[in-house]
Amino acid sequence: MRAPIQRYRNILDFALSSLLRRKGRNLALICVYTLVIFVIASLIFFVQALKREARELLIQAPDMVVQRMVAGRHDPIPTIQAEAIRAIRGVEAVQPRLWGYYYDPVFGGNLTVMAASDQELAVDSVWVGRGVARSMRVNEGDLISLRGYGGQPILFAVQKILPEASELVSSDLVLMSEKDVRALFNFPEGLATDLAVTAGNPRELATIAAKIVELFPDTRPIMKTEILRTYEAIFDWRGGLMVVVLGSAILAFIIFAWDKATGLSAEERKEIGILKSIGWESSDVLLLKFWEGAVVSLTAFLSGVLLAYVHVFFFSASLFEHALKGWSVLFPRYRLVPALDAYQLTVLFFLTVLPYTAATLVPIWRAATVDPDAAMRS
Amino acid sequence: MIELVHVEKTYQADLATPFTAVDDVSLSIAAGKLTVLKGPSGSGKTTLLTLIGCMARPTSGRIHLHGLPEDTLPELKEGDALEITSLPERFLTAIRRRTFGFIFQQFNLIRGISVLENVMLPTYPTGEDHQRVEASAIQRLEALGLARHLRAPVDRLSGGEAQRVAIARALINDPLVIIADEPTAHLDSKLSEDFMELMGQFKSSGKTLLITSHDPIVYGSPLADRVVEMRDGRIVKGS
Repeated sequence: MRAPIQRYRNILDFALSSLLRRKGRNLALICVYTLVIFVIASLIFFVQALKREARELLIQAPDMVVQRMVAGRHDPIPTIQAEAIRAIRGVEAVQPRLWGYYYDPVFGGNLTVMAASDQELAVDSVWVGRGVARSMRVNEGDLISLRGYGGQPILFAVQKILPEASELVSSDLVLMSEKDVRALFNFPEGLATDLAVTAGNPRELATIAAKIVELFPDTRPIMKTEILRTYEAIFDWRGGLMVVVLGSAILAFIIFAWDKATGLSAEERKEIGILKSIGWESSDVLLLKFWEGAVVSLTAFLSGVLLAYVHVFFFSASLFEHALKGWSVLFPRYRLVPALDAYQLTVLFFLTVLPYTAATLVPIWRAATVDPDAAMRS
Repeated sequence: MIELVHVEKTYQADLATPFTAVDDVSLSIAAGKLTVLKGPSGSGKTTLLTLIGCMARPTSGRIHLHGLPEDTLPELKEGDALEITSLPERFLTAIRRRTFGFIFQQFNLIRGISVLENVMLPTYPTGEDHQRVEASAIQRLEALGLARHLRAPVDRLSGGEAQRVAIARALINDPLVIIADEPTAHLDSKLSEDFMELMGQFKSSGKTLLITSHDPIVYGSPLADRVVEMRDGRIVKGS
């Protein structure tokens, strides 16, 4: 029992010393390999963390949002319809919501302006997201000026800056009283942007939605699950886009790895011949080269994943946040909560480590199965 | 004893330009003796050594090994003759490991690793106790005057020192037969004579020695029990 273990140890020792003998070649390979793993793993970590963040934030979202449609476009909905919807069996609460977008030409970004019913929010005051505060360089107590619907400037006092924990969604958010929103956008009384519906039993949402459409054929109920799906699709789309871009990088890596792994040098070939001539079997040579490939692969994989973890969760994916976070110029600045997906990491492992190891073993197998004298002569 | 019967080795046999390196060689090599294969370059000496040493298979003919220890292969009995040309690779490797120690013309040491590691390399796949093997390797290297080079990379050694490392490596598995291919080709006369003196010691200890050479210091040595002359793949004298 001891001899087979000692055999593995001896061959592993020799594999490590062989890797050290070809330091330059192997270091270059590990660096490129690590870089590719780092980029892909960063992407996986980042997208997973965003999805999780979005999911957690949506837990607080209403079960259903009812919009009014005119010619296929979203139009303000009469708040009177809220009463009729509230009367549907199973509906617990209906809340008209008032919100819109405000383009700020000075900062070149869109702000989401929303009416809040919080008692603490005074008239002529706003609560702003951290992105807004950062872009406008304002602190609590400062004044900001927004252009009203007629072009006239309207001053608001910054009463509060929204907490960092919700920055993913609230970065570009400006909360103000209902009266101020109506004044800013000239939004008519009796109309709301949409209606937030809460059901007593979420399983009844589909039935409630059907009844709403029956009652008001010009409305479109959107359920929370649909919003969640849209968010996931958006993040997947962004992730997918990056994966397509990364495709070329991965292809370059495959060519590089293939070249490095399959290009058995004359010296390596001769070494295989020497090892065979002094009593090594083909399987011993294959085990040696397997260890070499495994050490390179695992070192690169672990380094790449570790660097990606630090990059995403400690430095907020600073290398590609601009490509991935939001459309606005008001980029959220926050620390993501670590979210690891074992399945995706396993897929990454099998898509990188296994092909490299296989690419290494094929030419070695060819060289190792010839007679030792032929390996030495070639 | 090693017995060759009508052995032939043809390279590129399936191509338009086949080359026969060993042509119908029949030969018996006595155990415990020093046999020299003499002949010019291209006469087939080295190819014959690789066939005897289980490093390549002949195109035709048979090679029999006599007097192998029982534990060389499963089901081998003391005194049995073993026909090696039809054995699978792992058996050939087992025979090569236990029976033959090779000293190559170019020494064939692995560059970049230490003298000691080079000597221990043949034992790695056998899974023998590392410390015991290391002690044995150090003992052999010390006996060959290489004690101060144990940890040095082989690249830094002189030709004579590198050859002594190759000799220590050939001896590490305590083989029955030592095969040396043009061992004095890169040595001056003094080192060549030292080499033959070492071979004399191995012969005294009961090893079978098979050396190819066209160096008069080797084939003219009083230690040589038999000189077999080869030309164009055939034995022309001493069969």
